Amino acid sequence: MANNTVAPKSGLRRRIENFFIGLASAYRFVERFFKEVWFPPYEFKELIRQCYQIGYNSLPLISLTGFIVGVVFTNQSRPSLAEFGATSWLPALISIAVVRAMGPLVTALIAAGKVGSSIGAEIGSMKVTEQIDAMEVSATNPFKFLVVSRVLASTFMIPVLVMYTDFVALMGAFLNVNQNELVSMSTFFVQVFDAISFLDISSSLLKSLVFGFTIGIVGCYKGYNSTKGTEGVGKAANSAVVMAMFLIFIEELLALQITNFFRQL
Amino acid sequence: MQNKVIEVRGLKKSFGDLDVLKGVDLDLFEGENLVVLGKSGSGKSVLIKIMVGLLTQDEGSVKVLGQEVKQLNSKALNELRLKIGFSFQAIALYDSMTVRENLEFPLVRNVKGISKAEKDKLVEGVLESVGLIQTINQMPSELSGGQRKRIGIARTLILKPEIMLYDEPTAGLDPITCMDINQLINQVNEEYNTSSIIITHDLTCAKVTGDRMAVLLDGVFGAQGEFEEVFQHATIPSVKSFYDYNFIQ
Ligand SMILES: Nc1ncnc2c1ncn2[C@@H]1O[C@H](COP(=O)(O)OP(=O)(O)OP(=O)(O)O)[C@@H](O)[C@H]1O
Ligand SMILES: [Mg+2]
Repeated sequence: MANNTVAPKSGLRRRIENFFIGLASAYRFVERFFKEVWFPPYEFKELIRQCYQIGYNSLPLISLTGFIVGVVFTNQSRPSLAEFGATSWLPALISIAVVRAMGPLVTALIAAGKVGSSIGAEIGSMKVTEQIDAMEVSATNPFKFLVVSRVLASTFMIPVLVMYTDFVALMGAFLNVNQNELVSMSTFFVQVFDAISFLDISSSLLKSLVFGFTIGIVGCYKGYNSTKGTEGVGKAANSAVVMAMFLIFIEELLALQITNFFRQL
Repeated sequence: MQNKVIEVRGLKKSFGDLDVLKGVDLDLFEGENLVVLGKSGSGKSVLIKIMVGLLTQDEGSVKVLGQEVKQLNSKALNELRLKIGFSFQAIALYDSMTVRENLEFPLVRNVKGISKAEKDKLVEGVLESVGLIQTINQMPSELSGGQRKRIGIARTLILKPEIMLYDEPTAGLDPITCMDINQLINQVNEEYNTSSIIITHDLTCAKVTGDRMAVLLDGVFGAQGEFEEVFQHATIPSVKSFYDYNFIQ
């Protein structure tokens, strides 16, 4: 209705305008999170519930993918190392690849799909069915209750899931190495831990915190700003996943630059 | 002269180029049921959302229980909101919670240190009032539309509000269930001593529940008064057609 009366703007100009309007509103959303997270009332109960949901719901999928990634990566790396007669380096190679890159990335991408979409859809449907307004009129701050608790939960839980994925992937790799190179478990894990440094582990966990925050805040933002109707909810869930995945790759790239800088010190 | 619980003066609200409310004046007196009629999109929901601070007006004044809503800080606004029961057009039950948890939600968040026994007593009390005690452990998705409306009303009653705002309480229900809801509205008014605004398209609902009617036409209240006054002697064509159409149906 309102749009009909507005003079049509050229497509490109409107797109650029919408992009910046979107950027500004996303910025305000993140800013609001950092303003509200410090002050009471703290929604501990909701936070625990969300942590449980995020961790528990992602577990089966992450176990499966982590394991398969471990097995496949080991198998595919073997021929190249075998050319140099260096298959004994497999545990070290896998360890570095899993801890530095694949564990965090695989976990974050899967969580973006699973957790991000469910946060987007849940908050989106609460928005369009006026449940968020209902919270507000019963004198509860919906931003705190819904957004802050979910963002914190996913920020805490993704690193936990990443450690778990690392472990499962290394177990997959171990089974494969054990069958082919007859390496024992203790030898395998000694080599695994020798290969990685404190910097590897800490940067991987820090990166995971950022991934977790991204997944949570993008899901909440898209849900909170979803438009009326069931179509809006679907769109919110979908764009939450796309946006989170995109940002995760960008952050991965940045994290690589930053850790490389520290490695050179 | 009766006390005014809500006083709206010169209220204007637009969304972009769309002028929805163009200078609305309205009073709600203590103890009365005021019915607000108007066609879809005329801004009825916007009007009552401004009253609880979910939306903010562009111009004009809205006083609820003597306080200018726009000027309240968030703490004072929350205190005011607890005195107002808002029954949403979309009902807005929390669909991840059971009926019991839905009803407890406003309680546990606003009444500090309430015991479990007190909580149960209040929850069961309001469920009795709306006649749905058997649904206490069900999820909202398992209830019928009429039952959900009643639970929605029950949730707003739990903090014993002074003012009730009903946004289309009978929309989408069969005529018999509509009558049940109408009776519930009247019963709430007596039992809880509330003053209410009831938004509706449904003239039967208006006639049964309303002490006074106000018709929102083109962003202002075009006609106000008792049912007969507004409708039987309607001079404004759109009010008359509203009436005729409802009863032909
Ligand atoms: N948050 C909002 N942003 C933009 N436009 C809005 C918003 N809320 C309402 N409107 C517009 O204001 C107008 C009035 O809406 P409102 O919901 O008050 O209508 P209504 O009288 O309650 O209609 P119905 O009987 O269909 O519920 C509509 O045209 C709607 O599109
Ligand atoms: Mg409405």
